[in-house]
Amino acid sequence: MWFDRIVIVLLAAAAGMAILVTVGIVLSLIFETIQFFGKVPLSNFLFGLEWSPQTAIRADQVGSGGSFGILPLINGTLLISAIAMIVATPLGLTSAVYLSEYSSKSARAWIKPGLEILAGIPTVVYGFFAALTLAPFIRMTGNQMGLEVASESALAAGIVMGIMIVPLISSLSDDVINSVPQSLRDASLGMGATQSETIRRVVLPAALPGISGSLLLAASRAIGETMIVLMAAGMAAKLTLNPLDAVTTITVQIVALLTGDQEFDSAKTLSAFALGLFLFGITLCINVVALHIVRKYQEQYD
Amino acid sequence: MTDPIITARGVDIFYDTKQAIHNIDLDILPNKVTAFIGPSGCGKSTFLRAINRMNDLIPSCRISGDMKIAGQDIYAPAVDVVALRAQVGMVFQKPNPFPKSIFENVAYGLKIHKITTSKTEMQDRVEWSLRSAGLWDEVADRLDDPGNSLSGGQQQRLCIARAIAIKPKVILMDEPCSALDPIATAVVEELIDNLRKDYTIVIVTHSMQQAARVSQRTAFFHLGSLVEYGETKSIFTNPTDERTQNYITGRIG
Repeated sequence: MWFDRIVIVLLAAAAGMAILVTVGIVLSLIFETIQFFGKVPLSNFLFGLEWSPQTAIRADQVGSGGSFGILPLINGTLLISAIAMIVATPLGLTSAVYLSEYSSKSARAWIKPGLEILAGIPTVVYGFFAALTLAPFIRMTGNQMGLEVASESALAAGIVMGIMIVPLISSLSDDVINSVPQSLRDASLGMGATQSETIRRVVLPAALPGISGSLLLAASRAIGETMIVLMAAGMAAKLTLNPLDAVTTITVQIVALLTGDQEFDSAKTLSAFALGLFLFGITLCINVVALHIVRKYQEQYD
Repeated sequence: MTDPIITARGVDIFYDTKQAIHNIDLDILPNKVTAFIGPSGCGKSTFLRAINRMNDLIPSCRISGDMKIAGQDIYAPAVDVVALRAQVGMVFQKPNPFPKSIFENVAYGLKIHKITTSKTEMQDRVEWSLRSAGLWDEVADRLDDPGNSLSGGQQQRLCIARAIAIKPKVILMDEPCSALDPIATAVVEELIDNLRKDYTIVIVTHSMQQAARVSQRTAFFHLGSLVEYGETKSIFTNPTDERTQNYITGRIG
């Protein structure tokens, strides 16, 4: 009896630990962010059109007051994520439909692990593929067509990031499509619908809530992704929608702000925490919404 | 005597190497309700699903022999399964309305078979189908509600409305009342009796009382063979085969 109690206490402590650490992280983010907003007004951060976090080290330095407008970073983040989703959504969904509705057992036995291997590649490997292979290729092709292409572009980072999240979309959507009851397919096929009509008119609409949940999870992954953009998207904080430009993202700037020697009370360093909190807030919201959608959908057919 | 609408001759069905149906000859008469009864695993559902080739969906399933509907061999290579299933509709064990509105559920077949594109014709046909299924009065003012907001019995009648919307010749029903309560069952049974005027109905049922109530002809299956087939009345009052008698009196099954 006493042994059981000890075990229960240990188990609870282990579970509590993870929550405590998370709470601690969030709290430290919040405290540092509050400090940051003591130095830089919130409105400058949220609505500023310029990001250049260099602050003066000595009072006599000129031209480096530092501007902390997050909009160029949001712009870069969303541009790359959008490119990634444009690449990943059709690839992920079509492979999910193929896997769940058309593939033979033996094909599935090969393709599914193949996609899962894709999910297991370290992002740094994707990153140097983007930086060393795809970006130069895009630049060369663009130049031949007479286009101005930066050597590190949003397009290269976005495409590679898209490929990275394909397995996420396809495996989540595959699960969702598989959980559409066979009886619905039978009903449709039994009325003389073809298989493709059944998929288009019955299976996919039934799976739509779950599929959109999986897309949201993938988007949140893309927004928080760091390594690929760090290596392949460049550093220029620009307000641009041109995928051939170099852009930068929230994650990349956090890394840049915190590498090297830093003063821990300067606005420059503290801004990283504000960015972190902002990013955390966005991805948390997306994840909560996405998980809610997916769960609600699964209950519907249980 | 009227000509049969469905004729099966020497039908064998296999799952891989296991034989589920042994050499069945069976004639099904038009505008009658024919009940398939028998203990679980006797092959009655398998045989039912062979009538509109739903077994095609099971990769391991093979069929040999002759199965004709209105004189046409439905397993001939040239046969279009889509057209066949438009002629031979199906209602399943568990009500399975699509996650669409009541209206869209019934209109589904009209759309996929492009029976009509005119909006008013579509509405007329949906109303007609719902009326034939005895559901119109209950849903007329909420056609846009989701199909699965209905009760189980209403859902099953919705599925029947969906099946008859494309005016099939034959309706196959695989234990259509097994998921329904007794009151909903009575409503569906009455509906089946009404539908007999316009359709040929084949129903698989576990309930002998149901077979006795709704059918004019009954086929008793046992271990993949057709043991006895004839007028429902004579099967139940005067079975010729010992196995039929044992099943009906509750000694097997």
